Amino acid sequence: MAKKFLFVNRKAPYGTIYALESLEVVLISAAFEQVVSLVFMDDGVYELTRGQKTDAIGMKNFSPTYSALGDYEIKNIYIEKESLEARGLTLDDLQHLVWEDEDDDWAEKDSIHLVSSKELASIMADQEVIITF
Amino acid sequence: MSTLHTINKSPFDRNSLGSCLRVISDSDAILLIEDGIYAATSGTIFSDVVKAAVQSHSVYVLGPDLSARGMKEDGIVEGVNVVDYEGFVDLVTEYDKTNSWL
Amino acid sequence: MPIEVNGVSHETDEEGYLVNLADWTRELGEALATEDDCELTDAHWEVINFLREYYEEYQIAPAVRVLTKAIGKRLGKDKGNSKYLYELFPYGPAKQACKYAGLPKPTGCV
Repeated sequence: MAKKFLFVNRKAPYGTIYALESLEVVLISAAFEQVVSLVFMDDGVYELTRGQKTDAIGMKNFSPTYSALGDYEIKNIYIEKESLEARGLTLDDLQHLVWEDEDDDWAEKDSIHLVSSKELASIMADQEVIITF
Repeated sequence: MSTLHTINKSPFDRNSLGSCLRVISDSDAILLIEDGIYAATSGTIFSDVVKAAVQSHSVYVLGPDLSARGMKEDGIVEGVNVVDYEGFVDLVTEYDKTNSWL
Repeated sequence: MPIEVNGVSHETDEEGYLVNLADWTRELGEALATEDDCELTDAHWEVINFLREYYEEYQIAPAVRVLTKAIGKRLGKDKGNSKYLYELFPYGPAKQACKYAGLPKPTGCV
């Protein structure tokens, strides 16, 4: 039975393993046909920055994988506005993630939603399972 | 005895940079590495802290850690110097000791 | 157990997946399939090449449901369905095709 899962990402990539572990669990949950949404808040917003290049630190650059989330039917990715602003970032600094609507001739639709802390509270209240990394 | 302070935690996540600045000596320098590099990026709520720090101390940031995280060298606080791994080694030898704020 | 092609030995894991992605060649893909008594046709290669391109772009091997849908989009509905893909790869399309493509087992595959 499908449940509404929300994965809350709060850690920067590469410095710890949390961001990558979260991504793996997200993909597994989505592969098991759960209804999966994501939140990026606090340092988690850094996971989605454009132009990550990890050759010199000898770690796998997993940022391209976020573009596959649409294929996994993940259509709702919430970015907390307050976290972005505290870091001097805007949505333009982040990857533009979309999902393709099979029923609308594969039209690309935005997955990213910029939300306030207050809006995030009601999104979180609406979930059946919340897992925070 | 001069000290090179390395900070590897994001300022948003831990207060290691703040604690370091509280106890730093005049002859010391700071090197931001790993998630510590976010402190060097401009326009954040910590930019003023770093702007003040570069007035009194040498502040460095590790380039490979900036690029891994998609942060550009031209988007960092003025006065912060970018170093590569060789520069990291030079700094370690230049200062009498290293304090790694974990 | 390593797999040998043209006198060069390549490391595989306990399930026969290539350990070093960079080792992969078309010949090695064929050798991996031969070990399973599977002869690769153009239809197989279409899926294997698709998986390699997908991995190149997204750095993951897609789950079977994702693969089926993506194949449907790329190669048409007559190929983007479980029946067609399971006929080609009876051990599971994502799992088996990934093996010959030299990719890791898809995330979420048990």
